[in-house]
Amino acid sequence: MTTQSAAVRKEKTRKKERYGRDLSLGRRLLNQWDIQLMVIPAIIYIFIFCYIPMYGLLMSFQDFSIFKGFWKSPWVGLKHFKAFLAAPDFWNIMRNTVVISLLRIFFGFPAPIILALMLNEVRNRTFKRVIQTVSYLPHFLSWVIVSSFVFSILSVENGSLNLLLLKLNIIKEPISFLDENKYFWSIIVTTGIWKEIGFGSIVYLAAIAGIDPQLYEAASMDGASRTRQIFLITIPCILPVIILFLILAIGDLLSAGFEDLLLLGSNPIQRPVSDVIDTYVYRHGVKTQRFSYATAVGMFKAVISIGLLAGANKLAKKTGNSLW
Amino acid sequence: MKPSTGDRIVSVIIHILLIIIGFVSIYPFWNAAVISFNNGIDALKGGITFWPREFTLDNYKFVFKDKRLINGFIISVLRTGLGTAGAILCTSIFAYGMSKKELIGRKFYMGMAVFTMYFSGGLIPSYLLIRDLGLVNTFWVMVIPGLISVWNMIVFRTFFKSLPPGLEESAKIDGCTNWGVFFRIVFPLSGPVMATIALFTAVYHWNDWFAPGLYINNPDLLPIQTKLQQIMNSNIMTEQLKQMDSAAAAHLSSLRSVTTKSLTMATMMVATFPILLVYPFLQKYFVKGVMIGSIKE
Repeated sequence: MTTQSAAVRKEKTRKKERYGRDLSLGRRLLNQWDIQLMVIPAIIYIFIFCYIPMYGLLMSFQDFSIFKGFWKSPWVGLKHFKAFLAAPDFWNIMRNTVVISLLRIFFGFPAPIILALMLNEVRNRTFKRVIQTVSYLPHFLSWVIVSSFVFSILSVENGSLNLLLLKLNIIKEPISFLDENKYFWSIIVTTGIWKEIGFGSIVYLAAIAGIDPQLYEAASMDGASRTRQIFLITIPCILPVIILFLILAIGDLLSAGFEDLLLLGSNPIQRPVSDVIDTYVYRHGVKTQRFSYATAVGMFKAVISIGLLAGANKLAKKTGNSLW
Repeated sequence: MKPSTGDRIVSVIIHILLIIIGFVSIYPFWNAAVISFNNGIDALKGGITFWPREFTLDNYKFVFKDKRLINGFIISVLRTGLGTAGAILCTSIFAYGMSKKELIGRKFYMGMAVFTMYFSGGLIPSYLLIRDLGLVNTFWVMVIPGLISVWNMIVFRTFFKSLPPGLEESAKIDGCTNWGVFFRIVFPLSGPVMATIALFTAVYHWNDWFAPGLYINNPDLLPIQTKLQQIMNSNIMTEQLKQMDSAAAAHLSSLRSVTTKSLTMATMMVATFPILLVYPFLQKYFVKGVMIGSIKE
């Protein structure tokens, strides 16, 4: 049986060699039905789960109703987009989204780079290993658990942070971090850094490991101290990786976070500072079932995001580090 | 060459900072673990930081007696197991096909897949799709939408391309079909990359609380993370007591040392334990996996 099919295949390859590209497309597809069969189901899957929802974006131009369905719902043009732009919360949501994202880029983006640079200076392998393993831990915890840590650590009654600050005599009275809106942005950004700093450093450590050691040797011959080598060699060498991730971060400017904001900002009192585009879409779409309106808001975000990504990429192209 | 004084000072500062980072990374977890092993009523007095003050296992006894939590745990295990195995299988087969140079339409398929990484229909159209597919309130809503990941496909494909082509050729001369080559040769050789992607997928499945909360109303189908989120959201002891079966309720009143907080902490520990058990040992794999992924960005 096997030898027979092998013979058939040999025959096929011989045919292929003889006819080469002359075989019709249908024939060639048939000849490679087995590898097409590996790919086509996945492509159909992607079509259903990714492209049909994209098509579903069209309902942002409709007054979609579940009972009428997509085909019978009336078309209303840009009504929902206009409604969002005119909504009383619009500027507030945009501000929260952009400010939280910018804070993340400003503080959260350099954090893993700095950690990687510091880890790279450690000579003791065990120490390095322990710090790395421990710093990866938060990445593997769910946001449900992380948010409950935050509530527990920051609590007014015996939260660890208040206990620490009281002990160090920095404050006289415990601070109610969770009930005052002015702390919210700091909490959300710090929590994000805490969760991802270790894991985010992996990529930069890998980039640092790829640097040619001769560069360091040459620099130390020229009398550059280790500290100076960080700035003269390490950072310039990993700059392409940094720029790559910065482009992606800029493309995500309108994704200020979702699960974390939903959980940490669950208290409605915090909505003036915690509501961002994604949580707004969730609340209006899923909770109050204004499907068309929420889809319009989501699409508004998706389109701007693509534009931002393309723009950032164009800028990066000038430095020769573009994404595509 | 001897390090200069400046370098030595910098080195000391770096070590101190790293110790602080390490401590801060683990402290919230440690603190929660300590509270989960402490008498709940006593914990309310506060001040518990590094060690339990009144050690007890009551919180855990209670968690393991609560049928709803055990059920959530089982759902999580099933979902993670099936979801991860399914995703690995589907995504790696897809990636193997895509790694073939002779695949007709490869550029088109790739473009179609990569586009979804940058643009998506978003929450609401996806939500309506899942509804229309009849997946709402089924177990499969937690498994099927995660079967194919374009990102993981690219990681797999990069790995498959790096395998020596001679391996496949010799297998084919011996009469292996492409599927045969994949299952008998490529799949067994892909241990490290499989381990990485399996870890990431499993962590995603284990930690996902949002999708079940969105699509599933039946409490018997909710995984532990969603249950945990709902418990914390309600945070009302009486409600929990109401929903509990009477045996567990009787048990609780006999314990008198359990509070919502200590109970939540114990549940959290149970919900985190499996991950804690796995990730440190897979470290060298996922470090590699992240590298492959980022090179191919």
